[in-house]
Amino acid sequence: MWQPLLLIILISPVQAQAAPKAAQSTCIRCHTDLGNPFDAPVKASAQDIHFQNGLSCNSCHGGDPTRDKPEEAMNPAKGFVRQPARKQVVTLCASCHSNPDYMRKYNPQARVDQYSEYLTSVHGKKLQTGDPNVAICIDCHGHHGILAAKNPNSSVYAPNVAATCGRCHSDPQRMKSYGIPTDQQELYTKSVHGEALMKNRDLAAPTCNSCHGNHGATPPGVDSVANVCGQCHVMQWDLFNQSPHRKAFEDRQLKGCVTCHQNHEVVQPSDAMLGAEDSATCPICHEKGSAGYAAAQEMKSAIVGLQGRLNSSSQLLEGAQRAGMEVSRPIYQLAEGRDRLVLARVQIHRFNPAMLKKTIMEGDSIAGASEQSGMQALADLAYRRKGLAVSAVILLCMIGLLLLKIRRLKSS
Amino acid sequence: MIAAEPQTSRRNVLNYLLGTGAMATLAAILYPVIKFMIPPRIVESSASSVVAAKVTEIKPNAGKIFKFGSKPGILIQTPAGEYRAFSAVCTHLDCTVQYRTDEKLIWCACHNGRYDLTGKNISGPPPRPLESFTVNVRGDEIVVTRG
Amino acid sequence: MMARLLKWGDWLEERLGWRAAQELIEHKEVPVHRHTIWYYFGGMTLFLFAIQVCTGIMLLLYYRPSAETAFESVQFIMTEVQFGWLIRSIHSWAANLMIGAAFVHMFSALFLRSFRRPRELTWVTGAFLLFLSLCFGFSGYLLPWNKLAFFATKVGTDIAGVVPLVGPFMLRFLRGGDEVTGATLTRFFGFHVAILPAIATVFLSVHLYLVQKHGMSSPPFVDPDKAPKMKFIPDFLMRDLVGWLAAVTVLAVLAAIFPWELGEKADPFAPAPAGIKPEWYFVYMFQTLKYIPSKIFGMDGEILGIMSFGLLGLLLVITPFISSEPRRGRRGLLPIVGILVLVYIIVLSALAYRT
Repeated sequence: MWQPLLLIILISPVQAQAAPKAAQSTCIRCHTDLGNPFDAPVKASAQDIHFQNGLSCNSCHGGDPTRDKPEEAMNPAKGFVRQPARKQVVTLCASCHSNPDYMRKYNPQARVDQYSEYLTSVHGKKLQTGDPNVAICIDCHGHHGILAAKNPNSSVYAPNVAATCGRCHSDPQRMKSYGIPTDQQELYTKSVHGEALMKNRDLAAPTCNSCHGNHGATPPGVDSVANVCGQCHVMQWDLFNQSPHRKAFEDRQLKGCVTCHQNHEVVQPSDAMLGAEDSATCPICHEKGSAGYAAAQEMKSAIVGLQGRLNSSSQLLEGAQRAGMEVSRPIYQLAEGRDRLVLARVQIHRFNPAMLKKTIMEGDSIAGASEQSGMQALADLAYRRKGLAVSAVILLCMIGLLLLKIRRLKSS
Repeated sequence: MIAAEPQTSRRNVLNYLLGTGAMATLAAILYPVIKFMIPPRIVESSASSVVAAKVTEIKPNAGKIFKFGSKPGILIQTPAGEYRAFSAVCTHLDCTVQYRTDEKLIWCACHNGRYDLTGKNISGPPPRPLESFTVNVRGDEIVVTRG
Repeated sequence: MMARLLKWGDWLEERLGWRAAQELIEHKEVPVHRHTIWYYFGGMTLFLFAIQVCTGIMLLLYYRPSAETAFESVQFIMTEVQFGWLIRSIHSWAANLMIGAAFVHMFSALFLRSFRRPRELTWVTGAFLLFLSLCFGFSGYLLPWNKLAFFATKVGTDIAGVVPLVGPFMLRFLRGGDEVTGATLTRFFGFHVAILPAIATVFLSVHLYLVQKHGMSSPPFVDPDKAPKMKFIPDFLMRDLVGWLAAVTVLAVLAAIFPWELGEKADPFAPAPAGIKPEWYFVYMFQTLKYIPSKIFGMDGEILGIMSFGLLGLLLVITPFISSEPRRGRRGLLPIVGILVLVYIIVLSALAYRT
């Protein structure tokens, strides 16, 4: 009775989950049937965001997707363009993406200024002069498998951006005629930001477009780099702007932040950068005997001194802890001392030793209190050992007396 | 009889010493046992519940950092007068957050992250809200409990 | 004074009949020969067990058996409770000393052939007590809920799960689920403070009763009628006391100079730290499993290894029934097997700790 029903279910063709238009599109049908390599665009477009929103091959390539015969489907008279020229690609994408009325249908919050930004960029300007080498929309976003920037598989997903830019900018052959370095990607990958973003997946960390812009990609100007860094590193930026370095840098056309910390290879700063040693950063500008030189020395010794005191307290506490004593409160308080050290290293950016004093003193008193707690814990430990000695003496005496008694009993 | 006397007195001394030794040993064992059974000064571990502050210590639109287990916590009193407590460990890179009376929110100085007064991350790098704790007022003490 | 004590004694005798026990103890004798020293180890194991019961009960006043609170409660004991560090360290160290003493007691009874007729059941109950002490050790080890304990338990119960037929059931029964979780902790706590003590009480009572009933056994080379004897009270007992006081001294030194570590709180989602090893009394089995090839004659190596240990355990229990009387002049197989097992345990343990 149920057999016919089962038969019907088994032989009915299963509907594909593709968008209805795509299933009817002869482009998709033929290119799939033709196999490798003609099916490559179809395969790539499986997750494409345009296809998922109901667009299809003809939306960009033109032609007639209802005709079976190639010469009718791929008919230039019907607007078919096999591979648009590079300048044309940009205007083609812009024809939708710069149209607010059109974009509103799909995403009312979508930006529509990519094209106008692109025209201000180095890439856009060079494209206008006829340079075929510079990046256009599809170079970064892909052409058939375009994914949203939020999609982790997208070439413009934050951790993937450096590799995407690096495809051209790390190629010495390609960049030969432009006279700019090709080591940015390598340097960035080694940097704190590169590690944070690409290894630790901290999406707050900056990548190429964070400082250079997305579509209006241009190296930041001398006066604007610090502003960019200051979006996250607010305290350092504030202090730097109040410091004498701000005007001094501007006068010498030096970029804030980047001059000492580099731009692409921003590594974890260390105390070694501060001070008057040959390997430090300050003496690059400040000569021996100058006020800046002396300030650098003063700040360095203040910071190193506090760190030393914190370290020795920490060692004392760790020793007590290893010996089994309870020192979790002093260890917690020592963490507050380390906070002061971090704060002092930020306050350096005011380049005024007097400003550090209060912080260093607070840190010192915390280190001192922790050291005292550590000494107290060691004193408790000594008390325990004394208690052990007393008990051991009592027990050993008892054992001795018992042995005497045993000997006595044996002889009697 | 006379020859036995030194033996007897030595035996008595030994027995006396044994008795005293036994008492001392017993005391040395019983002393820690009894002290152990007497409840300590702090009756419960402070890893799950702690007195963060006294009611008089904290005013509306103010915050205080306190020790909760081995990590810092932040107790705030909103401008409306409600007490709230969160973990003070920033969810970005573990810096200690602070209360901003000017902006009336919780701020992290390290990378300019901001949390609103429900602990939700609203701006900057922090990827998650701050862990929130339960606050109860017991007399004049503000008690913060985890979970 | 003495008269009053005697009157109380009579009162109790009429109700409890305790004087029979007093008679027994007063007449109890211990054979004296060159191996008498091994006789002390049974009492030592019992003494250390008593210490475990007392310190364990004291720890019960403060310990909290749930995944959220166990570690903190042990930390509380170590830091806030007066002499908590002492009681806890003694409990942890005495556990190891007790199991060590139990092994010595077992091997000495083996080599001195104390299991001969009519003492077979004494041996059998003793073997079960040894297994029980290992169970006590395994269940107690998890209770502080630190990283090492968590992973040692995971590995140990994984191995239990490999046994054919009953393995998967045993694994779920032990863990209280499929994984090691807070449920495992609560369950192990139940084993450690209720179920195992109840079973141990039964076996221990039988074991001690049988020892008193049959008296102390003499080794084969000693003629029980001709050999010199020592009275249990006061001579043997005084020497016992010396040993017990020495044990207390050792425990005090260990607790004060080598306090038992707290470790880090267990995190079920963190990966296992390198170099996980079970406690020393399991380590030779663990090391053996590491050396066994994965396939032996087509069968799974790990399963074969575990089954072999099971078989050895079974052989241990039935030793009295499978070892024959030594013929005149010939020592027999037993000492050789016994020494081989002992050497194996020592060598494998040493290998485990060298890496």
